[in-house]
Amino acid sequence: MPSTLQEFFTLMTPIYPEVVVITVALTVLLLDLFVRKEQKSSLGWYSLAGVIIAALATFKLMGVTGSFFAGTFLLDRFSVYFKFSFYVACSLGILVSINYLKIEDIHRGEYYALMLFATAGMMLMASAGDLITIYLGLELMAMSIYVLAGFMRRDSRSNEAAIKYLLLGSFSSGIMLYGMSLLYGMSGTTNLAGIHAFLRGADLANPMVFLAMIMLIVSFGFKIAAAPFHMWVPDVYEGAPTSVTAFMSAGPKIAGFAVLLRVFSYALQPLQHDVTTIIAGIAVLTMAVGNIIALSQTNIKRMLAYSSIAHAGYALVGIAAGGPEGVASVMMYVFIYAVMNMGAFGIVIMLRRSGERGEEIKDFAGLGKTNKMAAFFMLIFMFSLTGIPPTAGFMGKFYIFKAAIQADMVWLAVVGVIFSAISAYFYLRVIMVMYMSEPQAEFKLATAPSLAIALVFSLVTVIYIGVYPDNVLNFARASIAAIL
Amino acid sequence: MVPLYWYVLLSAALFTIGVVGVLSRRNVFIVLMSIELMLNAANINMVAFSHYLQNLTGQIFVIFIITVAAAEAAVALAIIILLARNRGSVHVDEFNLMKG
Amino acid sequence: MLKYALIPLLPFAGFLIAGLFGKYLKERAAYAAVAGVAGSFILSVSAFIDVLGGTIIDENLYSWFAIGNLTVNVGFQIDQLTAVMLLVVTTLSTLIHIYSVGYMHGDKGYARFFAYLELFTFFMLVLVMANNFVLMFVGWEGVGLCSYLLIGFWYEKKSASDAGIKAFVVNRVGDFGFLLGMFLIFLTFGTLDFTDVFAALSGPAAAQSYMLLGAEIGVMTLISLLLFVGAMGKSAQLPLYVWLPDAMEGPTPVSALIHAATMVTAGVFMVARCAPIFSLSPTAMTTVAIVGGLTAVFAATIGLVQNDIKRVIAYSTISQLGYMFLGLGVGAFAAGIFHLTTHAFFKGLLFLASGSVIHALSGEQDMQKMGGLKRKIKVTHGVFLVGSLALAGIFPFAGFFSKDEILWSAHNAGEVGRVLWMLGVFGAFLTAFYSFRLIYLTFYGKSRIDHEVEHHVHESPKVMTIPLVILAFFAITIGWIGMPGAIIPHANLFGDFLAPVFPVLEHGVANHGLERWLMVFSVMVALAGIRLAYSLYVKNTSMPDRLARSFKGTYNLLLNKYKVDEVYNFIFVDGLVHRLARFLYNITDVKIIDGAVNGIAGMIRRTSEGSRKVQTGFVQEYAFVMGLGLVVLMGLYYVLK
Repeated sequence: MPSTLQEFFTLMTPIYPEVVVITVALTVLLLDLFVRKEQKSSLGWYSLAGVIIAALATFKLMGVTGSFFAGTFLLDRFSVYFKFSFYVACSLGILVSINYLKIEDIHRGEYYALMLFATAGMMLMASAGDLITIYLGLELMAMSIYVLAGFMRRDSRSNEAAIKYLLLGSFSSGIMLYGMSLLYGMSGTTNLAGIHAFLRGADLANPMVFLAMIMLIVSFGFKIAAAPFHMWVPDVYEGAPTSVTAFMSAGPKIAGFAVLLRVFSYALQPLQHDVTTIIAGIAVLTMAVGNIIALSQTNIKRMLAYSSIAHAGYALVGIAAGGPEGVASVMMYVFIYAVMNMGAFGIVIMLRRSGERGEEIKDFAGLGKTNKMAAFFMLIFMFSLTGIPPTAGFMGKFYIFKAAIQADMVWLAVVGVIFSAISAYFYLRVIMVMYMSEPQAEFKLATAPSLAIALVFSLVTVIYIGVYPDNVLNFARASIAAIL
Repeated sequence: MVPLYWYVLLSAALFTIGVVGVLSRRNVFIVLMSIELMLNAANINMVAFSHYLQNLTGQIFVIFIITVAAAEAAVALAIIILLARNRGSVHVDEFNLMKG
Repeated sequence: MLKYALIPLLPFAGFLIAGLFGKYLKERAAYAAVAGVAGSFILSVSAFIDVLGGTIIDENLYSWFAIGNLTVNVGFQIDQLTAVMLLVVTTLSTLIHIYSVGYMHGDKGYARFFAYLELFTFFMLVLVMANNFVLMFVGWEGVGLCSYLLIGFWYEKKSASDAGIKAFVVNRVGDFGFLLGMFLIFLTFGTLDFTDVFAALSGPAAAQSYMLLGAEIGVMTLISLLLFVGAMGKSAQLPLYVWLPDAMEGPTPVSALIHAATMVTAGVFMVARCAPIFSLSPTAMTTVAIVGGLTAVFAATIGLVQNDIKRVIAYSTISQLGYMFLGLGVGAFAAGIFHLTTHAFFKGLLFLASGSVIHALSGEQDMQKMGGLKRKIKVTHGVFLVGSLALAGIFPFAGFFSKDEILWSAHNAGEVGRVLWMLGVFGAFLTAFYSFRLIYLTFYGKSRIDHEVEHHVHESPKVMTIPLVILAFFAITIGWIGMPGAIIPHANLFGDFLAPVFPVLEHGVANHGLERWLMVFSVMVALAGIRLAYSLYVKNTSMPDRLARSFKGTYNLLLNKYKVDEVYNFIFVDGLVHRLARFLYNITDVKIIDGAVNGIAGMIRRTSEGSRKVQTGFVQEYAFVMGLGLVVLMGLYYVLK
């Protein structure tokens, strides 16, 4: 027990970043009472500053590795990599929101607080060393996002998105908990390292083990939007406020992958063989569902939702490939995906003006003529999502498929490439509409400095990684030792 | 002494009832209650295993689950109130503005 | 290292500025462009001095990507060969940029033009500075791309955009060879870095051979020939030269920079860079020499009768490129590069000067509608004369030294070499003839200029003539750096400088007496060509027509460029391709391919529309699908266990 304040602080050192994020979130709630409605954006900048301080704290902790709080909280390079990804996702999420909230007239302080709570939940997930921590982090993240999805209280579609997400999310939590309870019952511990040790000596043919594994796959598959657990994605993405959709498509998905890697590449590693087969199957199904249904979408948010499903499929290819290369490629991929996707959503947000939703693909008509800059940004993001060099999307897919080939899963890489080719159709259609169609009517884009910062950051990152992938890749490679 | 597998069977039954409830009931409140059943099935498992293994972790987990479930219910009720206000309905099969 | 990296990056910065802000900068975009290349030029000079001081740079900037055991780096190598190329490229590029400021004045694509030109310079510098095949190929494709863009610069003109397409298609054939060659190098040596490949040449890998059509072919021969196919495309050698004359549709500064001085010499540079590979294969070397020699004469004969001023120079370029390959093929690598250098200056000069003539005549390019311009555009006339003398190989102009070194090397290269020497001398005669035919038709005799045009004839502005004068200075003096031993012993600075880069393939000993005689002989031949041109086009102006009538067949054959275009069209475009296309269209395309393409697309679309319906919007259905997934996965237990 800590007897002095000094000892208490020493004890808290490993979770400083989480503490910072939560504290900022709580103060946002408090400050919200005193900030006038026109100045709510200052809360956004304040939250952003909080995220940056948390990032600095994480940076300072980078050298520290170990497990804390009775093994429930792990500090290692793996968690650091993901935490940085969350900071990027959260910062971009805040930046694209500031102006959007004004236009939607839902500028309330708790929005930022919820975003920070969700981020804290994700950070907890990345650092989780225990099933309990995983569950708590996941619920903290999920519940914040249920509320964010329904943040437009007067909009029925937003309400509907929230209830759908909540019901299905709790349903998947129920499945996950049941699986966890079985794991606990067999191994006698909720600690990941303990489970790993138990499974090494256990009879793996036991159907209970298999059942527990399947239940975890289902619930994590739900979080990362893998088919057939993906069906909430299009509806929720469409109904939620666009800025939330942008955040939701990046943060929780990365967090889902963090947990998936931690649990399946480490704790359930003795079950590797079965996991690989199942994940490969799910990956193919996910790529198929995402890419094929995206073809006939007319709403850009829905299209990006299916695209997000498809990208989860590509990342799953990397998990199926396994091994250091596979894991590193997945980590790199989810980060790249988050950045390019948030960039694309940033452009979608620009089209939202009071009185017009600007969510249909045909609303992009003639953007190449009326606003060259925005069209160019969208062009690059679409190229990147398709995987055309020299963008980050290409490098991400390249390393994923390379890992699959190295793991003797050439067929999986081939399937992935075929579906990427199909995906070119719906991404490039957006470009065609922007450049080949005549503008429908004169309109001004909703631009703002915060949005511009987010877009430029995304664009630069996408190009930078596309030309010079080594930094991120090496960072990812250096971070996998903890789970292999 | 009640053998362990009785508890496991009970929880399996509860879980199944929960799943069926989620899939078949129209009223969103009943659906939520069915989800609670699923969570409680896990809880029963945890407590039973905890007792059987003489290991407290399971019971700690249960306390967390109950707490989170309560928070979840609060969020759910808030959203349901909004839905009831905007749509005048609490039937999940009427919430299908978005599809395809 | 930063200094060297800036050499290509400065033009790239210029490209970005001119490209992105061209709309706002208008004609001021040229300043950024000129500043970019000029900076690059200064750095190149500095790099050249470093190399003179003995510093050879070979450094990787960063690793671009890695597939298996192939790591591709972005890295630069600056050795003697690259240093020479850097100087040639940046000097010419700078001068031509300055010239273009005046030449393109008033064109509505002004900024776009400079942006392309800068991009071209960037890629060209990447090409010559690359330290591995992949990066070189990036530069190679990049200059090709810029070339198509610039040929089709006036894209409203159909002939211009057609010419761009033609250049594109013909170059694909060559690039395919280059790619295959690269692939084979990687298969053989497991690396694509120049240094590593050349170091591995003495190893056992290089001694492998393949069976092809019953003949055993050494892997080195195969690689060399494939690479040479690439060089043939880019450097317009027989039979892939057809795109270059048409490329003259582009603006004249482009013809000067890309289609005379730099890009078309990329093939020569590539062969020289790979000299260690080529020198291992006598077959490949002989092939290079023969193709070069034949092209030199073949293109020169076409040049005899062309009437478009730029086309004459274009054929002359093809012919001179032939000389360069002839030099490389007989093992005189330094001589080939020397000719590349001198040629860059005098041919750049000739193109720019012809641009000045065209400018003076408000766009007229037909030499039959020129004449008597000598007094009206004096500066242009003077520099044109210098350029033509250099091209004809008259002592002491630049072309004399380089051409003679090649011919002398050919003469020493055995029996095939002797035949090639004769071809070369004959080509020199033709060269002298057509270049002075051009001079006489353009600047001498009676004016045949249209009346409306005649009033406007004017000398070009200073911004155009000054680069011309500078180039003319070089066209006289640049050859002196490669003084043959037969004139001043031990004064061949150029050859000595490049000596460390190339393998030594000596044929016989120096025989200064014979060499001197051959020099005198070839100058006499050239003078004879000039004299013949004088009598035909100044003295006896009715003679050409009469000759053309008496040798109607030959004349028409030459005028129609041996009908090669027609033959290619007949065989490849009309004949094979069309017939094959029609055949495929009738039999397979409509029913199978079309059906399959439409079928697959349609199938995917229908699947897409169909599977959308699964997404009903009912949340319980979503939960049901999840549960179904759970059950199916649980069922897998019986499959997996």
